Amino acid sequence: MSATVPVRVTVNGASHHLDVEPRRLLVHALREELGLTGTHVGCDTSSCGACTVHLDGRAVKSCTVLAVQCDGREVMTIEGLGSTDDLHPMQEAFWEHHGLQCGYCTPGMIMAGVDLLNRTPQPSESEIRHAIEGNLCRCTGYHNIVKAIQAASGQQTEATSQARDEVQA
Amino acid sequence: MTATEAAPNGAALHVGRSLKRKEDPRLITGRARYVDDMSLPGLLHAAIVRSPEAHARIVSIDASAALARDDVEMVLTGEDMADLQSPLPCAWVPPGTEVANPPHWPLARGVVNHVGDAVALVVGTDRYAVVDAAEDVLVEYETLPAIVDPKAALAEGAPLVHEDLGSNKAYEFSLGGGDVEAGLAEADVVVQREIVNHRISGAPIEPRGVIADYRAGSLTIHSSTQVPHFLRLFLSLMLGMSEERIRAVAPEVGGGFGAKLQIYGEEALLAYASRRLQRPIKWIETRSEHMQVSHHGRDQIATCRMGARSDGTITAFHVQITADLGAYLMLLTPVIPVLGAFVMGGCYAIPNVRTDITGVFTNKMATDAIRGAGRPEATHMVEVMIDQLASELGMSPPAIRRKNFIPKESFPAEVATGVIYDSGDYHGSLDKLMGKLDVEAFKREQAELRERGIYRGIGLSTYTEICGLAPSRIVGPSGLGLQTGLWESAMVRVHISGAVTVYSGASPHGQGLDTSFAQIVADRLGVDPEVIEVIHGDTGTGPQGLGTYGSRSLSVGGEAIARATAKVAEKAKAIVAHELEAAAQDIEVSGDRFSVKGSPDRGMSLAEVAGAAYIPENLPEGMEPGLEETTFYDPENFVFPFGAHAAIVDVDAATGKVTVARYIAVDDCGPAVNPMIIDGQIHGGITHAIGQALYERVHYDDDGQLVTGTFVDYSLPSAAEVPMFETDRTETPSPSNSLGVKGVGEAGTIGASAAVTNAVIDAIRPLGVTFMNMPLTPVRVWEAIEEAKGGVPA
Amino acid sequence: MIPVDFDYAVAESVEDAIRLLGAGGEDAKLLAGGHSLIPLMKLRVAVPTMLVDLRNVQGLSGLQRDNGSWRIGAMTVHSELEHHPDLGLMGRAAGTIADPQVRHCGTIGGSLVHGDPASDLPAVLLAAGGSVTAQGSGGRRTIEAADLFKDYMTTSVAPDEVVTAVHVPALDGWGYGYQKFNRRAEDWAMVAVCALVSARDGVCEDVRVGLTHMASTPLRATAVEDALRGQPLDAGSIAKAAEHAAQDTDPPGDLNATPAYKRHLARVLCQRALTEAAGLS
Repeated sequence: MSATVPVRVTVNGASHHLDVEPRRLLVHALREELGLTGTHVGCDTSSCGACTVHLDGRAVKSCTVLAVQCDGREVMTIEGLGSTDDLHPMQEAFWEHHGLQCGYCTPGMIMAGVDLLNRTPQPSESEIRHAIEGNLCRCTGYHNIVKAIQAASGQQTEATSQARDEVQA
Repeated sequence: MTATEAAPNGAALHVGRSLKRKEDPRLITGRARYVDDMSLPGLLHAAIVRSPEAHARIVSIDASAALARDDVEMVLTGEDMADLQSPLPCAWVPPGTEVANPPHWPLARGVVNHVGDAVALVVGTDRYAVVDAAEDVLVEYETLPAIVDPKAALAEGAPLVHEDLGSNKAYEFSLGGGDVEAGLAEADVVVQREIVNHRISGAPIEPRGVIADYRAGSLTIHSSTQVPHFLRLFLSLMLGMSEERIRAVAPEVGGGFGAKLQIYGEEALLAYASRRLQRPIKWIETRSEHMQVSHHGRDQIATCRMGARSDGTITAFHVQITADLGAYLMLLTPVIPVLGAFVMGGCYAIPNVRTDITGVFTNKMATDAIRGAGRPEATHMVEVMIDQLASELGMSPPAIRRKNFIPKESFPAEVATGVIYDSGDYHGSLDKLMGKLDVEAFKREQAELRERGIYRGIGLSTYTEICGLAPSRIVGPSGLGLQTGLWESAMVRVHISGAVTVYSGASPHGQGLDTSFAQIVADRLGVDPEVIEVIHGDTGTGPQGLGTYGSRSLSVGGEAIARATAKVAEKAKAIVAHELEAAAQDIEVSGDRFSVKGSPDRGMSLAEVAGAAYIPENLPEGMEPGLEETTFYDPENFVFPFGAHAAIVDVDAATGKVTVARYIAVDDCGPAVNPMIIDGQIHGGITHAIGQALYERVHYDDDGQLVTGTFVDYSLPSAAEVPMFETDRTETPSPSNSLGVKGVGEAGTIGASAAVTNAVIDAIRPLGVTFMNMPLTPVRVWEAIEEAKGGVPA
Repeated sequence: MIPVDFDYAVAESVEDAIRLLGAGGEDAKLLAGGHSLIPLMKLRVAVPTMLVDLRNVQGLSGLQRDNGSWRIGAMTVHSELEHHPDLGLMGRAAGTIADPQVRHCGTIGGSLVHGDPASDLPAVLLAAGGSVTAQGSGGRRTIEAADLFKDYMTTSVAPDEVVTAVHVPALDGWGYGYQKFNRRAEDWAMVAVCALVSARDGVCEDVRVGLTHMASTPLRATAVEDALRGQPLDAGSIAKAAEHAAQDTDPPGDLNATPAYKRHLARVLCQRALTEAAGLS
């Protein structure tokens, strides 16, 4: 095994010192060294986006970043975005608009959605769809994910279902 | 909306509403716990050495280099596991049928039969190190000829997957009624097509994973499974352990789609290895492994003949399916095409329907249940064929459907295949769908787009499906041959504080059933869904159960919960009546109280009732203390959801690329418990089928090598490939259960592939293409157009 | 999927990187954004024994305009190209690479040196007549795009050289078009065609066309260029010129595309890219 490399990284605002093999993927460092298991792994090929976190404020796929590349940098994971007592507006919107089913892609999807709104506060439907084209979901057909991101951006959306409309009316 | 807000009609407070899901807070904050999120002291990790060959004899396995590593604890091969009590199970074969079932061991014994077949297990202390060590296990193979094409596999002299069976044919089975040849003979028009439902993957975004922990004679296994109770049973058989010594847990499960409705070799392997080492062991499937060895679905080639009189009345439908089973029979492999055969008549009153199935072994991964399991294939055949027939007859697609629909008045309707459709209103859903199509706008846009070389088409699919898997009397050992009963269980426990815990034998993994179940219970006990916890997926808690698959968990599992809750409510009413000196039949649940009819101020909350039940100072004579009931519910019949779907697609004639421009679905799964969740199931189901129709395909080359081994090559649609969906419902109650509900988890997938396919054919019909099979990929669509032009693509 | 073990060093300067590469032996590799390399390492298709990380080297990022040309630092990420208001074709093509997360990490230098014929940027550099600056132990040299792409995943950058900058002629006043064909938005190009057109008084003065994934390297469609140059810039001459798009190509077939289909796509996309570049769409 190659010598481990010291890495100083700030994760969700807290500074950490890790000693990792050079080949250690960021996602495994987060999950296994730091216990932040909200970031998931769904593929081997940087395709699915379940591992999306923010690195220095930008969405990246943490399965395709080496932990050693993060020395001196800042990472934010789903755990840092909000908690059940203090939800981020994007988390609220996913809940309100049924933007998740099994929940496995959800942390990555939410982090991708937040990244979009950081740069494009009022995205069109097409911009939203392309912003999450690197995040695969097998459950939702994306319909309610798109609506959740629209809602989090403060834009009007149709109610999540007709029945919901009726009940709320 | 708050959970206790009064309903508009004063009836059910919670059922029928789009309550936000109880499951979500942990999922949206990254606090859920999937298998890979768990660890145990002393946890070891496993990696699996897999066959790169489609078919080969194992000459030797040299694990010495792997074993020499400090971080490796054990390497297991098939030979090392000779004491395993039984091979992996196949639990359901078509009734009265001789089925060849070669032994399927968790680690290959002597021969590998498909790429990815497991050859050795490596267990070590570090997750990365075992991957390295697996590469150090040297396996020498002697390549055998591989057979990949199921039709070629049936030919004389074809290479045999299992030499000792003497044939690649696993079984033959027919199901139907009437006389299809006579029916076809009396037809004015007979259309024949070969319809292919190609092989696909379930591809939940969470791959599978297992943690086995054997200690002090007991095994706890956490697995990303849809069927923890089956897992416990079959592990006890394979390991020779008494069943009560095994606890199987499905923790948070990141989607299944049938791919986790299975007893997998890795589950048995990890349990076996943990027992051998007396240490906990974890294995997490990689996506590449998922593509290789999580069972596939579909892969049926069908010769279909449909006949009709010139007025459009369908006289017969005959289907001959060659079903590619892959190399082994897994849990439900041989019965999947049979499930489709039950609904081969679709929504139509066809007097003569027969499906002849030939199951074939090939050197590929096994096929088994993937979302819809046999019914998407059947619906695709019926719905594509009826459009082909309509075209031949010069009828419109809606007209031929209306002509042949089973009328609303005929339900319950026994159909030619022998099953009894419980309820339906097929005209109703098609009428509602057609009302949403602006045909004039469609024609206008079609003409505009045509000027730019874009061909717009529309396709219909009107489906019914058979689900709510149960009832035991029909599907069980003396019925359709499943080697178990199919019912569901529920236990409802009211705590002394009035909080409620519900235990279900279902094992949901994304369907939102915690919420739907809580809604059902809340209305019946006068409590907020907030204080109802739903526990499932753990054989160590609650009653025996059967899991989540086949769109069964609401119509069977939900009904079980409704019945257990009713029992609790009956007892509560007796306690209230006793306390308030009223008659039990005069007590009703009104709002958040059990109160006396006509005197809403005279009543007790559930907490007060529970107090009386658990501090039994004044219970009715002879009543036991406590407030908890269990039910096992076995329905009388299946349920038959139905609906009408329309796809509008645009085909770029120059490139062959298909885009879904609009998708409209009117579905009927009975009265909605949570409309928001139903819509979500439909959206996902449609997208799965759009995936099959346009993007996804598990493909093996002629040598049996898997070409689509990752998410780069196996193309799940992303958000950029699908539109917003327009959904609506009709509500036709099922008489099969008191909730009137039918399943909805598979409906979208069952309905949608034919709608998309019919739409593409409709779009390019002006270019001379009259029929195409999925997948409708750009190159295939382009080639079809070129062929129709008479040009052979150079 | 886990990479094979390797050694790791962080270079503090270009010279340092060159030294570390040399010391690391023949299987040492540079690590830029890692989004071409790390996926191959996870699949164990690429097995470098050492990675030299360029992230701390100053001066390798960002864009500057000088003398009618863009100088783009080799470590500039795709998203920066994508969102640059004046970069034209290069920015447009960069915005189609994979997905936003990948574009936040992947770099122009890494993408060019990787030499994948399915990547978007190589054909653009080729069509634009750009170049890269490579620095090695023997000094610094300029490699013209036409000399850069040698074969499948093979460029003329030496193993001990570091590409420090990419130079792209600004081509002010030229129209451009980019047509990428894939099955899904995040996929690699099945075929892509980029076009640059300079017109005066309705006549095509000059034209450059680049082809992606039509051979083992990116290609210039010179036959198309020759057919259109000097012609009136209208639909007719564009259609006629685009007929030559597949000339001298050797497209690899795969599960989703036969060579014949890719040649057909090249012609269709070429016509569309030229139409777009000519401002006629």
